[in-house]
Amino acid sequence: MAIEFIDIVETSLAGLGTGSLMALTGVAFVIIYKATKVINLAIGEMLMIGAFVFYGFSAGLALPIWASVPATLVVAALIGGVIERTMIRPLLKDNPVSVFMVTIGLTSVLIGVVELVWSAEPRRLPEFLPQQPVLLGDAFIPSKTAYSFLIASAVMAVLITVFAFWRGGIALRATATDRAAASSVGIDVPGVFSFSWMLAATVAALAGILVGSVGGISSAMGLFGLSVFVVVIVGGLDSILGALIAGLFIGWLEAMVGRFMGGEFKLLATFSILLIVLVVRPYGLFGTHEIERL
Amino acid sequence: MAATGDLILEVNNIEVVYNKAIQALRGLSLAVPKGKIVALLGSNGAGKSTVLKAVSALLPMENGLVTEGRITFDGEAVEQTAPHTLVRRGLFHVMEGRRIFADLTVEENLTAATYALTGRDIAPDFDIVYRYFPRLAERRKSIAGYLSGGEQQMLAIGRALVAKPRVILLDEPSLGLAPLLVEEIFAIIARINAEEGVSMLLVEQNASVALSIAHYGYIMETGRIVIDGPTEKLTSDRDVQEFYLGLSHKSYRDIKHYKRRKRWLS
Repeated sequence: MAIEFIDIVETSLAGLGTGSLMALTGVAFVIIYKATKVINLAIGEMLMIGAFVFYGFSAGLALPIWASVPATLVVAALIGGVIERTMIRPLLKDNPVSVFMVTIGLTSVLIGVVELVWSAEPRRLPEFLPQQPVLLGDAFIPSKTAYSFLIASAVMAVLITVFAFWRGGIALRATATDRAAASSVGIDVPGVFSFSWMLAATVAALAGILVGSVGGISSAMGLFGLSVFVVVIVGGLDSILGALIAGLFIGWLEAMVGRFMGGEFKLLATFSILLIVLVVRPYGLFGTHEIERL
Repeated sequence: MAATGDLILEVNNIEVVYNKAIQALRGLSLAVPKGKIVALLGSNGAGKSTVLKAVSALLPMENGLVTEGRITFDGEAVEQTAPHTLVRRGLFHVMEGRRIFADLTVEENLTAATYALTGRDIAPDFDIVYRYFPRLAERRKSIAGYLSGGEQQMLAIGRALVAKPRVILLDEPSLGLAPLLVEEIFAIIARINAEEGVSMLLVEQNASVALSIAHYGYIMETGRIVIDGPTEKLTSDRDVQEFYLGLSHKSYRDIKHYKRRKRWLS
């Protein structure tokens, strides 16, 4: 089988498109971890509920796109805030493992809510991205992939810039390191918690809209979160830049392996990378090393 | 002591219970006059840190609760106030064990402390920190976790300076530091008090160094105050000298020395 150059380019671009969505979801995961040290296993389901809320606004209520996207993001932020306030904050003083378990339960709750309201049937989101395929030289990129890549990249660029220059980024990290010390220097720790969950839910919902517009939505689309965990572990749990780079890389790798070796090798490749990174750099490529002074 | 109007911090008869079961403070009262350093001394487990956490409202984070009594900061009750709100009103707690943000740089640690200025019209000033602690200026880009213990304590006090407080609660600034460094840090604490006019409530195990800079002292045991007075009076008190300053009046001829008890315990 001769591999054509144009085939490699097209597969790479498609992979980067998926990868950018994994990266965006990874960023949502990282935001929560960065501020609260909570490993949120429900990130894929937060993405899913965002996609369904968008479906509700755009298909159910038939709102125009310029209204349904902001409305979805606002509702997602509220959902994130409610989750934090009712399920996470009461457990703040408890063992991190219990919080982790609660996020597992949260996945079932979110799936249940979606199936109650919209049933378990897969659905298609209304078309809202331009339909014209994008041509990059001779390479053909499906329009949805191209536009969701652009949107995801723009959002991540904004987030990375904001966290690099805004002192709120320092407040998040300070809160994660030591909550009592953070409040002793005047940081509103419960506020940081709410903020990070609301922001993460918003970012996840945006990723959900994009993922859904490419591949349709169903109550099982939270499985997308599985690849995202690999992404954040490889990139480093608390690094937004790490999520971005690892997301693009793993998306690209999965596409290439799937195209040229066969779909059954995708997960093999992904988890091999995970294994190698964990052996070589247990904190991920860009994660914070724990400081131990002897 | 001074009249109520001159007090920046007043603790009246507080009782603190941890986990709804363990009583840590039983009817403790103390007061910090404006612009003074007040030392709170006592042995391990006496409840000194608990007093500070009660004042700065950090107790609920450790499952502690003030069940009785009143704490007023600048005339306002602090109960039911969130800890970060108190900091923003000018009550800063330098916690025991330094508690710097180890992953952040020195400068980022100071930036985190600028949250204490929220709602007050004050521009952040890091130079004041570097003036008192020139060593931090050299290391402003270093990761705080790699600083030496002394430098970390300086950073912890530096964060307080950024917050421009009216009262600083200092919990064991001498913890784990070499004697020479302890003297250096206490000299700077005294200078900050004199030059910036910040009142301080200083908790220490090292009684002699604490009394050397304090204006007034309280000594507590098992959750209450047993002796208090201006430092001159405390340092000349025989019991305080023997049990806290390590000075002994007894000679080895005095074979009944073991009969001397802390008389307030009877």
